[in-house]
Amino acid sequence: MKPAPFVRHVPRSLDEALKILAEVAGDDGRILAGGQSLVPIMAFRLAKPAHLVDINEVEGLDKIADDGQTLTIGARVRHAAFHKPVTANPLGALLAYVARHIAHYPIRMRGTFCGSLAHADPSSEWCLTAATLDAVMIAKSVKGIREIKAASFFDGIMSTHLKEDELLAEVRLPLLPADAKFGFYEFSRRAGDFAMSASLVTYRLDGGKMTDARVGLGGAEASPRRIAEAEAQLNGKAPGDAAFRAAGEAASAAIEPLEDHQTDAAYRRDLVKVVVRRALEHSLK
Amino acid sequence: MSAHTKGSGGNGMKWVGRSIRRVEDPALVQGRGRFTGDLPAAHWVRFVRSANAAGTIRSISAPDGAMVITAADLKGVKKITPMLHKFEYRPVGQPILADGEVRFVGEAVAAVVAATEEEAEDIADLVEIDIEDAAPLVDSRAAIADGARQIHAEAPGNVILKGEAKTPGFDDVWASAAKIVRIDARSNRQNATPMEARAAHAAYDSVTGRVTLHCTTQMPHLMRTAIADCIGMPESELRVIAPDVGGGFGQKMSLCTEYVLVTWLARHLKSSVGWTEDRRENLIASFHSRDQYITLEGAFDKDAKLLALRADVLSNVGAYSCFPTTSGVEPLMAMAEMPGPYDVQQYQCLARGVLTNTCTMAAYRGVSRPVITFTLERLMDKAAKAFAIDPIDIRRNNLITTFPYKSATGLDYDEASYRQTMEMAVEAIDVPAFRTRQQAARAKGEYLGIGFATFSERTGYGSPAFAARGMAITPGWETVHVTVDPSGFVEARIGSSPHGQGLRTTLAQIIAEEIGVTPDMIKVVHGDTDTAPYGWGTFASRSLVISGGATLIASRKIRAKLLKIAGHMLEAAETDIVLEDGKAKVAGTDREVTIAAMAREAYTQTHRFKGEIEPGLSESGTYDPPGTFSNACHVAIVRLDPETGHVKLERYLVAEDAGRIINPMIADGQVHGGVVQGIGNALLEEIIYDESGAILTANLADYMPPTAHEVPPIELHHMETPSTQSVTKAKGLGEGGTIGPPAAIVNAINDALTPFNVEIDTIPATPQRIRALLRNAERAP
Ligand SMILES: Cc1cc2nc3c(=O)[nH]c(=O)nc-3n(C[C@H](O)[C@H](O)[C@H](O)COP(=O)(O)OP(=O)(O)OC[C@H]3O[C@@H](n4cnc5c(N)ncnc54)[C@H](O)[C@@H]3O)c2cc1C
Repeated sequence: MKPAPFVRHVPRSLDEALKILAEVAGDDGRILAGGQSLVPIMAFRLAKPAHLVDINEVEGLDKIADDGQTLTIGARVRHAAFHKPVTANPLGALLAYVARHIAHYPIRMRGTFCGSLAHADPSSEWCLTAATLDAVMIAKSVKGIREIKAASFFDGIMSTHLKEDELLAEVRLPLLPADAKFGFYEFSRRAGDFAMSASLVTYRLDGGKMTDARVGLGGAEASPRRIAEAEAQLNGKAPGDAAFRAAGEAASAAIEPLEDHQTDAAYRRDLVKVVVRRALEHSLK
Repeated sequence: MSAHTKGSGGNGMKWVGRSIRRVEDPALVQGRGRFTGDLPAAHWVRFVRSANAAGTIRSISAPDGAMVITAADLKGVKKITPMLHKFEYRPVGQPILADGEVRFVGEAVAAVVAATEEEAEDIADLVEIDIEDAAPLVDSRAAIADGARQIHAEAPGNVILKGEAKTPGFDDVWASAAKIVRIDARSNRQNATPMEARAAHAAYDSVTGRVTLHCTTQMPHLMRTAIADCIGMPESELRVIAPDVGGGFGQKMSLCTEYVLVTWLARHLKSSVGWTEDRRENLIASFHSRDQYITLEGAFDKDAKLLALRADVLSNVGAYSCFPTTSGVEPLMAMAEMPGPYDVQQYQCLARGVLTNTCTMAAYRGVSRPVITFTLERLMDKAAKAFAIDPIDIRRNNLITTFPYKSATGLDYDEASYRQTMEMAVEAIDVPAFRTRQQAARAKGEYLGIGFATFSERTGYGSPAFAARGMAITPGWETVHVTVDPSGFVEARIGSSPHGQGLRTTLAQIIAEEIGVTPDMIKVVHGDTDTAPYGWGTFASRSLVISGGATLIASRKIRAKLLKIAGHMLEAAETDIVLEDGKAKVAGTDREVTIAAMAREAYTQTHRFKGEIEPGLSESGTYDPPGTFSNACHVAIVRLDPETGHVKLERYLVAEDAGRIINPMIADGQVHGGVVQGIGNALLEEIIYDESGAILTANLADYMPPTAHEVPPIELHHMETPSTQSVTKAKGLGEGGTIGPPAAIVNAINDALTPFNVEIDTIPATPQRIRALLRNAERAP
């Protein structure tokens, strides 16, 4: 459990970081952010990057900004930054609630929001958040800037459409309507473990009926995504057991379940049904 | 939380029974511990391990210039071949590095030697092993199926061990039963996961030609004997030191091939060589345990009185036999101790150890008892259900209440409190209040359950008990040397090898009590074969009973000698002298002399003794007791989420009796730690192999020990039934904590599952398994 040899680069500015990344990308170069995913897989030698571009000293990447439309989260912003709401918009409370479910305290002190997205673990709470809220990823390289929508960002288990020489410089999350409701629920066997299924939901109420429903699902398929079939069970209905159950059933039927040694397909579908319904129930609390 | 009914000062003793602080802790909690992996070495080893579960090695290729040791280099080094002289046992040998054949994923095939651990790992990445695959046998049932490939030529049918027992008259009693109740229990495989994985450091001394091996072990002397045997060197040329050891739990009482290789290399290179195992290696290639299928049937009369038990134990022992206990350790313990705390005189058992292409089995805290207690306690709950009586009542009907008691397997149970600890637990948990709460919860669609486990636990057993297994290596006794030095301070050298159990504190309490000094004047020395007397180390809940007994015996001799010296110095009759507060006093007078002055006299003024007292103040004691049985009742209350299968432990209570308690705080700590491991066993921890023999749980995200979040407060209640089979009156309690949880928790889960009409008899009782049962029940018409 000793990583293979590598060279660590410590750029101070974004330009410098992008330049080094462009040089080393072809030679198995990788960005090192919080290191909470990359370092373990290097220790297992599942990854043997020859170069690490350590972005922890890069100026300007540690900002969180709320411009009244969007919340912008820089590449050095840690999970722990969200322990308290970062904005008065309901999004602040949503992120604070979700953040508590990520790993354990020491890991949240180092791991980054953008690093989670770049790493693209199917169970990542931030990947689920980005997918549910239709985040926009800002990828930068020496060649320029690309904006990538969440729906076309993830590319299966631990894989994204970021290019080798691109740095995910920031993530933009649209603020929620002031009257938005949200709910979140995840299931894992031990506290702090990766979720075996997780769901994040938001909606508004219009005359007592749900509208603009978003049902995001993580940890159940290769990538987190919104489940249109479940959303259809909510829009136009009153929030409550009947609609919530229907949404859970719809999500459970809609997925292509991931399987592993502690979760076969049937069990994953069971969990999806429950996490979606419980996330919706949480929205009423 | 802990309630002590007796002891704690109420016993008329000054040091025994007090929760004094552990002398071990200040260094450990301040990061000043000294562990094997802290030592610098000139060379570091990285093992290249087999990625194939079974097959023949075609070739091993190493990068140019690298030092890579393979079996071909180890000519003359003997295989590890543990031996049993009883039962049907087939000795099989384990080469130090795979020789021609590989038998499990993780088996060491080559050893890379380099200047740093990093470099060794880099080179190991480049070593290529070409293996011609054979079809692996992972499950014990597959391995004993007709026509299964033979894993070792010496063991036909892959059965390495077969033990059988049957009491006379069994068949008639069986035929007379009103009801036969049966359980098919499955215990999945576990790893003991000590916090410190294995590590060894061997250094050659060019002046003496000796090698000093530091290693993380529970039995330094036997390591010396065994490694010297393998290498073919005099034991006097090997010194083994167990420095601070970060947990062992049985995994570190077995000889591992890696330690032999590191010692051999130090001699070969005439230098120092280190190896520190990483967690992945520990999970795939150290030792595993508890992989068993047990079918147990109980024959009951019409009043639910147990008449007879019939057991079939199938224990998956992995690819080789562990040394010194052999692969008999699990199946033979299961066979001998299956009847547990119940009065049952008819018994039949078939116990088999089965070789497979998996990591070798070795003892893990509790050994077979967590599994047999789980099986037997599930059986009792099933029987209660079959007779429509309360699970507590069926235990009341059947627990042994008169002692001494001879079990159907010939074990002598000493005085204990099986019934009383259960009643104590029943009262403390308040069963009626729970049942009311359970009913109210069910009405809201919430599912609570309560489960009990009563068990007895053989502890502190000496060589006669071990001899029943016919081991070529029969452990048991302990020797302790107690010396009062000329300054009046005391040193006790012990053959046990504590590694977290607090023996340096508790043995000091025993000595202090006997000779009237304070514990802070006493040093307990252990873990170095050059300074400690030959002994068997620390395992099997033995050290406090056996080393403690030897300590008491030696201390009594010191006491007798002190009285003699005091008699001489104070010109008084020995019978008039009391030893206390570091002094000998003539009762009823103000004449006294300090122990320090007596000690000084014993070394430097011996001419005054006129030949009546031998010089010096050093005595030794040896103890080899028959064994004593501790007992406990564990109770779990769980909350079951039927939609996810998740089980939350709401409450966990232990009522326990380990005879006289020397230090209640340390006793509590032992129970707490054991219960936590038992919770892992019941709910979380499982080594999973796929069909190819690869391990899917090779890190601590996939192999899941409980964390603080999963452990409820543990409530402890103690009783003290002083043992007549132990000179200190203490019984052992190192393993008891781990034994109860699988039974108590899974009984509680089944209680919660009652409305759904499904039962789970598999550990760990994972959410996936529970959900599968419920899903099938939901689908059933
Ligand atoms: C025990 C444990 C439990 C955990 N549990 C959870 C959990 O429950 N939920 C969860 O979501 N996570 C969990 N994690 C992972 C943790 O949240 C990580 O912090 C996160 O996945 C990655 O963020 P990081 O900053 O540490 O990235 P790093 O580990 O530094 O990098 C991860 C990957 O992303 C790339 N990368 C990082 N930043 C960028 C960037 N700005 N642009 C392009 N590529 C980039 C790296 O090159 C690397 O490939 C856990 C980790 C551990 C060790």
